[in-house]
Amino acid sequence: MRADLDHAATTPPRPEVLEVLVRWLPAANASARHLPGQDARAAVEEARERAAAALGCTPADVVFTSGGTEADNLALKGVVWAARTARRAAGDDAPVHVVTTAVEHAAVREALRWLADRGEVELDVVAPRPDGRVDAADVLDRVRSDTALVSVMGANNETGAVNDVATIGADLRARGVPFHVDSVQCIATLDVDLDAWHADALAVSAHKIGGPQGVGVAVLRRGVDVEPLAHGGGQDRGVRSGTFAVGLVAACAEALTRAVAERAALRARLRDLSDRLAAGVADLDGVHRTGPGDPAHRLASHVHLELDGVDGDALQLALDAAGVAASSGSACSSGAGRGSAVMAAMGRDGTPLRLSLGWTTTADEIDHAVAVLREAVPRLRSGAPVLDLGLRPVAAPAARDGAA
Amino acid sequence: MARVLVALSGGVDSAVAAALLVEAGHDVTGVHLRLADVPAAAVGHGCCGLDDAQDARRTAGVLGIPFYVWDLGDVFRREVEDAFVAGSAAGTTPNPCITCNERVKYAEVLARARTLGFDALATGHHARLRRDGRPVTTPGPGAVLVRAADRAKDQSYVLHVATPAQLAATLLPVGELTKAEVRARAAALGLRVATKPDSYELCFVPDGDTSGWLDDRLGSAPGPVVDLEGREVGRHDGVWRTTVGQRRGLGLAGHERRFVVDVDAARRTVVVGPRDALACGWVEVAAPTWAVAAPPRPGDRVRVQLRAHGAAHPAVVVPGGPGVAGPRLALDAPAHGVALGQAAVLYDAADTVCLGGGPVTAAERPAGLPLAVAGA
Repeated sequence: MRADLDHAATTPPRPEVLEVLVRWLPAANASARHLPGQDARAAVEEARERAAAALGCTPADVVFTSGGTEADNLALKGVVWAARTARRAAGDDAPVHVVTTAVEHAAVREALRWLADRGEVELDVVAPRPDGRVDAADVLDRVRSDTALVSVMGANNETGAVNDVATIGADLRARGVPFHVDSVQCIATLDVDLDAWHADALAVSAHKIGGPQGVGVAVLRRGVDVEPLAHGGGQDRGVRSGTFAVGLVAACAEALTRAVAERAALRARLRDLSDRLAAGVADLDGVHRTGPGDPAHRLASHVHLELDGVDGDALQLALDAAGVAASSGSACSSGAGRGSAVMAAMGRDGTPLRLSLGWTTTADEIDHAVAVLREAVPRLRSGAPVLDLGLRPVAAPAARDGAA
Repeated sequence: MARVLVALSGGVDSAVAAALLVEAGHDVTGVHLRLADVPAAAVGHGCCGLDDAQDARRTAGVLGIPFYVWDLGDVFRREVEDAFVAGSAAGTTPNPCITCNERVKYAEVLARARTLGFDALATGHHARLRRDGRPVTTPGPGAVLVRAADRAKDQSYVLHVATPAQLAATLLPVGELTKAEVRARAAALGLRVATKPDSYELCFVPDGDTSGWLDDRLGSAPGPVVDLEGREVGRHDGVWRTTVGQRRGLGLAGHERRFVVDVDAARRTVVVGPRDALACGWVEVAAPTWAVAAPPRPGDRVRVQLRAHGAAHPAVVVPGGPGVAGPRLALDAPAHGVALGQAAVLYDAADTVCLGGGPVTAAERPAGLPLAVAGA
């Protein structure tokens, strides 16, 4: 028995998405004027319409990117540089004021830190409450009349804590401050809606919702000035040059459409399953569920645990040996485990374990994970061997990388 | 079949070690140890760079074994780098690779592996294990450490810190092969590290400038360079920049060949003299560790190796000086250039089985010049 409980990292692609991907991979260049090019362009524009419908925006707001990280970078750097360009024209070369939170994904955190390090941004970082949520008032208190951008994630990728972006967005819209919402993690189970959130920019990634890796969407509301990051042929309204990846773009739209259509049902199903998972380990010594207590403030897909007295490296090995794929923290470039900035911002120092569910998750997987954790955690805490839990999958790991 | 954790440095030896274990039917898991905090841009061939982690990961991928990176940076800094800095500041010549094997690979990684349920830790060191005279292929008691098949690559010297219990949970698969055979195996397996150059530098000093690395941590502590009569003949910037036996780089005027014969950190003094003043008739090891169940006793004839690829000096074991628990090794013929802190590693009289050893804590000088006490 295996359990894939790392959907927050990536989800298996839906078969219908793979069909679309394969259908459009051999497409012509969508910018070519000839008929095959027109066919390809039609596929891109249909994808744009479908993505817009799924995200509560208009087709003109949709820019396809290589994924969530590029979408975040495009929104943040694009808006900051456009604001600086405008202010420089008025003789103001001061760094622009940006408000964000301490629990953002690295794609936002590091992009803004880089801008701040270069002296382009004066950064205000809002700490979360102990449950990992960012209080709307805490964010709005930092906003000034000259604030150029506010960036708050819809829900945190580690804890699944949901932020009240609708309240923040309404206030910012009234004050005329651009608002970016990293929606990569919440798109699977939360009703992401540019209009309802009064957001000006969203970032979404296809592979979190049954789409392929390597494609995402930056929603950039028309009227918000954005400087491009990549210059070239001027595709996608000049904001994102590069040959349209027709297959990936069409597959992304297919994944978005299906994910949104099935979202309410998936949310209800995953809520039950994640509750079942959390309840199954709730009585274990040294295991604490982190994140908001109110289910409405928690992604249905996430169970985030803090394990006391458990070594993260040992935990990873034990879970692999027992066939459970889950995240025991992020990895640095070498692949070594490293501490979680989100946990640190929440004032927690235990070993994190994120179990995240998705469209393929079954009750059997949940029960397997519960059985493994009930066996492994006490052993890990007491220093007993964990390679032989009696639950180990029989199959030897297959050679990866396609090697001989 | 045993559950074996193999330490993949990113080099060819550990890659082939892992491959041999897989071929032998063991249940193998690879781990890359992130030890020194070297800049990501450093293109080193040590064991700590990002490239090495990538090479290790690729090896595991080709072999189809699980692979993890363990960050042991804190323990490495504390036990190896800090100890190296302290030892160097004290005017001794510690071997950080030995410290790393003792305090990191055996004390930390092997212990962790055993706790998790692995039967053994394997590395790509060139050294052999023998049980009842036969090559060791599965972990278990009774293993003794023996020099490598490739004598020129033998690394038993840096493994002498292993205890019999640790050797019982150790596998050294490449020790039976020559380096050329290791590279040929790697090439045959399609491992891209087959032609990767050997590493010679300290892994935490990627540019190879050990003195500069120590300067960064110790600053400047200038002092006199004196001759055997105590006359100042030059200046130095820090005793860690010199080591006993060194001849070059002293910046001394005059044409006679002069060697560093003593380093007195307490007085910041470096003593130079003719080669004869380096001659050393005995060394003492106050706190040895033994790799064999029955340590050598006074009267036993042994071989003593004093540097990583140095000669194995014939010697006889005699009791240590007053108040010294460890043995003194009386060398048949004097050795030249013995520095305190470097490891004296004992082998049996046939120069085959590694018995153990430890840092030199005292050594004789015929010139009547006692070496400074380690750590003073």
